[in-house]
Amino acid sequence: MSTFPASARAVVIGCGIVGNSLVHHLTRLGWTDVVQIDKGPLPNPGGSTGHASNFIFPVDHSKEMTQLTLESQRQYIEMGLNTECGGIEVARTEERMEEFRRRMASAKSWGVDSARLVTPAEIKEFVPYIDESILLGGFYCPTVSVVDSLRAGTIMREKGIDSGGLQVFANTDVSGMDVEHGQIKRVRTSRGTIEAEVVVIACGVWTPLLAAMAGAHIPLTPAVHQMIDVGPVPRFETSSSAIEFPIVRDMDVFMYERQDGVGLEIGSYAHRSILHDPEEIPSVEEAALSPTEFPFTQADFGPQMEHALELMPEIVGDESVGVKYAINGLISLTPDGMPILGETPEVKGLWSAAAVWVKEGPGVGKSVAEWMVLGESHIDLHTSDASRFHDHQKTRAHTKARAFEAFPKTYGIVHPAEQWSSERGLRISPMYAQEKALGAAFYEAVGWERPQWYEANAPLVEHYGVETREGEWDARWWSPIINAEHLAMREHAGIFDLSAFAIFDVQGAGALDALQHAVMAQMDVPVGRVVYTPVLGQGGGFKSDLTIMRLGDDLFRVVTGGAHGMADRKLFTDALPDDGAASLVDVTTAWTTIGVWGPRSRDILSSVTSDEVSHEGFPFGRCRTIEIGSQLVLASRISYVGDLGWELYVPIEQGRRLWDVLWEAGQPHSLTACGIGVYGTTGRLEKAYRAYGAELETEYNVVEAGMQRPKVKEQDFVGKEAHLRHREEDPAAILCTLTVDDHTSSAGVKRYPLGREPITLRDGTPLTDAKGRRSYVTSAGAGPSLGKYILMAYLPPEHAVEGSGVLAVEYMDERYPVTVAVAGATAPFDPENERIRS
Amino acid sequence: MKALVCVKRVPMTGGRIVLTDDEQAIETKHLGFAISPHEECGVEEAVRLVEAHGGESVVLTLGPPDAEEQLRDAMAIGADRGIHLVTDGEEWDPEATAGAIVAAVIADETASGPFDLILFGNESADSGGFQTGLRVAYALGRPCATGLKAVAVGDGSFRCEQEEGGGRNVYELPLPAVVTVLEGLNLPRYPSVPGRMRAGRKPLEASTPERPASRLERARLVVPAGESKQAEILGHGADAASAVVDLLEQIGVTS
Repeated sequence: MSTFPASARAVVIGCGIVGNSLVHHLTRLGWTDVVQIDKGPLPNPGGSTGHASNFIFPVDHSKEMTQLTLESQRQYIEMGLNTECGGIEVARTEERMEEFRRRMASAKSWGVDSARLVTPAEIKEFVPYIDESILLGGFYCPTVSVVDSLRAGTIMREKGIDSGGLQVFANTDVSGMDVEHGQIKRVRTSRGTIEAEVVVIACGVWTPLLAAMAGAHIPLTPAVHQMIDVGPVPRFETSSSAIEFPIVRDMDVFMYERQDGVGLEIGSYAHRSILHDPEEIPSVEEAALSPTEFPFTQADFGPQMEHALELMPEIVGDESVGVKYAINGLISLTPDGMPILGETPEVKGLWSAAAVWVKEGPGVGKSVAEWMVLGESHIDLHTSDASRFHDHQKTRAHTKARAFEAFPKTYGIVHPAEQWSSERGLRISPMYAQEKALGAAFYEAVGWERPQWYEANAPLVEHYGVETREGEWDARWWSPIINAEHLAMREHAGIFDLSAFAIFDVQGAGALDALQHAVMAQMDVPVGRVVYTPVLGQGGGFKSDLTIMRLGDDLFRVVTGGAHGMADRKLFTDALPDDGAASLVDVTTAWTTIGVWGPRSRDILSSVTSDEVSHEGFPFGRCRTIEIGSQLVLASRISYVGDLGWELYVPIEQGRRLWDVLWEAGQPHSLTACGIGVYGTTGRLEKAYRAYGAELETEYNVVEAGMQRPKVKEQDFVGKEAHLRHREEDPAAILCTLTVDDHTSSAGVKRYPLGREPITLRDGTPLTDAKGRRSYVTSAGAGPSLGKYILMAYLPPEHAVEGSGVLAVEYMDERYPVTVAVAGATAPFDPENERIRS
Repeated sequence: MKALVCVKRVPMTGGRIVLTDDEQAIETKHLGFAISPHEECGVEEAVRLVEAHGGESVVLTLGPPDAEEQLRDAMAIGADRGIHLVTDGEEWDPEATAGAIVAAVIADETASGPFDLILFGNESADSGGFQTGLRVAYALGRPCATGLKAVAVGDGSFRCEQEEGGGRNVYELPLPAVVTVLEGLNLPRYPSVPGRMRAGRKPLEASTPERPASRLERARLVVPAGESKQAEILGHGADAASAVVDLLEQIGVTS
C-alpha cells in the first residue's frame, strides 16, 4: 500500500456502494487526485451495503428516485452484475390493488413500460410455491433484478485506481475534520492528516457523526430492518442460478421473500420502528457479525413468521427448512425518506452522499460526481438536496420522530397529500388562534401549521353548489370547501396566511451584481419594483422561481416558498461575492405575510389605510410601505392566485393585529379566509402559474415552460448561455394546460387525478418527447371558476395544439379523455390578466 | 425417556470482548445472547433421544427474565416445555445455581415423575465454572459422566464416550444419570419457522428462587491477551497464485 498522501483534491469517506460509485465517476469525469478511505476492511467494510438484500424494484412514485434507480440498474448491467429475475408485488386487499393501479401510472410516467398487473393465477405460474388463494392480484415488473453490490463496489474502485486518479485506504479511522472560514480544510485520520478541497461523507449510518466533526448536520438515523434466511429449500436445490424465481413483495404485511441460492430470504418492514443512535454502533472489532448487523430480536418477528407461512406454506412450513441466519440490519432513515446529497449548507466543500440504498447507489454516485465536477447533475436532485432542511429538521429528535412514523409506511399506501402526525405545532403563525377559531384544517409546511381550508366556510359549499368527490382516494386530504373558498375569493375577496414564506434580505454595495448574476430577470429596476424571476442552473433548467423586491439601491428582499426555502438560501448565499460586498440575512421569522386578493380587496385595503392604493397610484408589480392604523406594512402588489390584491408584510409579532384589522374591515365585503388549497392549487392552476418542483425542474428549460421574455438581459447570469441556445432551438416539449373532458370511470364513478399520471394517446400509447422525456401531469386540481378540472403537462410539440382532443390521462389504470386548453403560459382563466391589473 | 437439559443465557461474542467499566461483566450493549454452544448440543441430544425413544424433553434455565428467549430457542428446536428459574440478572455462583436446579428437579419429579437423564454443557461459555453438572449429580446421588462427545441409550444403561488423548473413554451409566456434554456431540439443527411458532405456545413454568449467600467472590474479569492478527498480502492478481499454492501446501489442505 502506498504512503498516505498529505493532500488531495477530494477525500471520499466511505467504501460502501455510494463512496465506491462516487470515486469511479469522479475519476471518470477527470478528477485525478481523489483519496478514498474507510475505517473498515475491504471489500466489505461493515456498513449497510454488506448486508443489503441487493434487489432492485425500479418503479417508485418519486420521479427522482425512479430515475436514480434506473440509472443504477443501467450501471449494474454494464458491469455484468445485474441478474434479472422479475418481481411481483402482491395484494391481499382491494386497497392494495388500487395502489397497484396507481403504481401503473407511475411506471408509465417514468418509462418503465414492462410493468403490468397480474392475476393470482399468473402469480402462481411465476412463483409456484406461493398460496395464491389469499391474493387478489399483483404488480409484476419483469426488470426487477438482484445485483452484487460488493463486487460492483470493488470494480468501481478498481476503475478509479486504474485511471491513476484514485488511492484507496481501508482500515483508516477518521478522528476529526478541520474547517477554516467556513471551508473544509483537512481530514485527520489514523494514517495521518490530509488536506482536501472537497470532502464527501458517504458513511451511511455513521454519517451524522462525521458531519458533526465539521460542525455540519446531516440528519439521518440508523434504523433496524429485520431479515432472516431459511433453508435449505428442497425446491431450490436444483436451481442453476442464485435466483430463478421472481422476488415477491407481500405489500399488505410489509414483507418480502426472495430466493437466495438454496435459501429463502424473508425481510420485514412490519416490525415496530427500532431506531438507534450512530454512537451505539460497535466498532468493526467489537461487532459479533458486522457493525451494522445487530442481534436479531425474535420477539419483533413473531407475526411476520405467520404471514410468511400463509403466503409460502410449501417452503416456510417445511419442518426441514431451518432459520439459518437472522439479523437486525441497520439502514439509514431521513426525516422525509429521501437521500441526503450535495454540499452541506454549513461547510463549503463538505458534501454528503448518504441515506442511499443499493438500488440507487451507482445512480447517486454518478449524479453527485456530476454535481461536483460539472456543477450540475443530469438527474434533478432537488428532493434529495442536502441543503433542503430547515433548522428544526436537522435535529436528532425531529429526525427520529419522523423516521419512527415513516418506517411502518415503507411498504405502506401513502397518499400524496398525507400529513405527518408527529412533530406538529412547531411553527405557529401569529394568526393561529383566529384560524383555529375558523376551523382551519392545518397542514404542515416545513414545520409551520398552515390552513389548507377552513371548516367555517362549509356553508359556502352549498352556496356555490360545489360538487364533492365520489372516489375516496380522490377526496382524501381534500375538501370541497377549497373550491368554495376559491369562488368566494373570485366573487369578493380572500385573506390568506402566508407565514411559511422564506424571506432573505440581500444587501450591500455588491447586492445588485450578485443577484443579477444569480437570477434570470433584470434586477436593475427602480426601487419599489417587484420582480418575479426564474433561477436557472448552468444547463438552463430551473433551480427555483421566486420574487425579489427592490427595497433600496443596495437592499433586495427575496421571497420564496418555505418548502424550497433553505435550498434557495444556500443558492443565494453561494452567489454572494467573496469580498464581503454583499450579505444575506434570513429574515423569515422577522416577517409574516398576509395575502388579500379578489375584486373587493382594494375596497378593503383602502378602508384601513389613507395611503394611495388605486391602480394608477399603486400599480401591479410595485411594493411600498403603507400605514394601516399604527402599523407600517410593506405592501407588494403581486398575485399567485390571479386576482387584484396585495401581499402584506409586517413584523411577525404584529401579524395578528393586521389580520384582525383586515378581517374586520373585510366583513362588509364578504372577505373569506382562504387556505393554501386555493393559493397553491386552484387559484394557481386557473392562471397556469408554474410551481417549482412540479412544472419547474432542471430537466425543463424556460422556453419549454413558456416563460421566455421578449429580451434577454445584457448582464451575465447563471444559465444564460444555455438559455440563449434554448431560444434558438425548437422546444422538445411545451408546457400546456389541459382540461379533463369526462371524469366518469368504467364503474360510473367520477374520478380526479391528483398529479404525476401519464398523458397518453386515447389508446394508452405514452407520449415521449425528442429528449426521451415522458409526458405526465405536473400539477392537477380544480379550476372552480372555469368549471373544469385542470392538468398541466409538458407535451411534445405535435400534441401541444390547443383544442386537440386526441389525448387522455391515465389514472388508476383507466383512461380519461382530456383536451389541450392552452399550449404555453397563457392563463385559461382571465387570459388578459384584467383582474390583476384592475 | 424423560430428559432435562439445563442451559445458560450467555453473550453471543464474535468480535473483541469488552468489559464493563467495573470489570465485573462483559459489556453486552452490542451483543445478542445465545445458549452456550455445549448446551446447544445438549438440547439437540435431548430432543433426539425423545424423538427416538418417546417421552418428554424439558429445558431449564436459571437467569434473568430475558432468558426466556433461550428457553424458547430450545423449544423451537423441539424441547417440549420449559422451566425458568428467574433471577434479577446477577450472576449466581455454581454452588447456588446447582442448589436451585436440584430443588427444581425434585419439585418437577415429585409432580411428574423422575428424569431419566439430566444434560448439562461441560461448562458455560461465559463464566466457565465446570461445576454445575457435577454438583447437581452429587446432590441427587446420581452417576455422572462429563465432557462427553457421544452418547447412546443402551439396554438398561446409558453409553457415554469421552475423548482422551488419541482415543476414547467409554462408560456405561445406569439411569437415572447426569451427563455433561461438549460441542461436537452432534450437529444441532436450525429451528424451522413452524418450530419457532410452536415454541411460543409451549408451556413454560417460571419461579423465583431465593438466592443464597455466595461463598465465592469475583474480584474482576480480565480479557486474556489474544494472539495478534497479522495480515500478510501474498501478492496481487495472477502473480499471487504460486504464493497461495505454496501456502496451501504448507498448511496441508491440498492433499
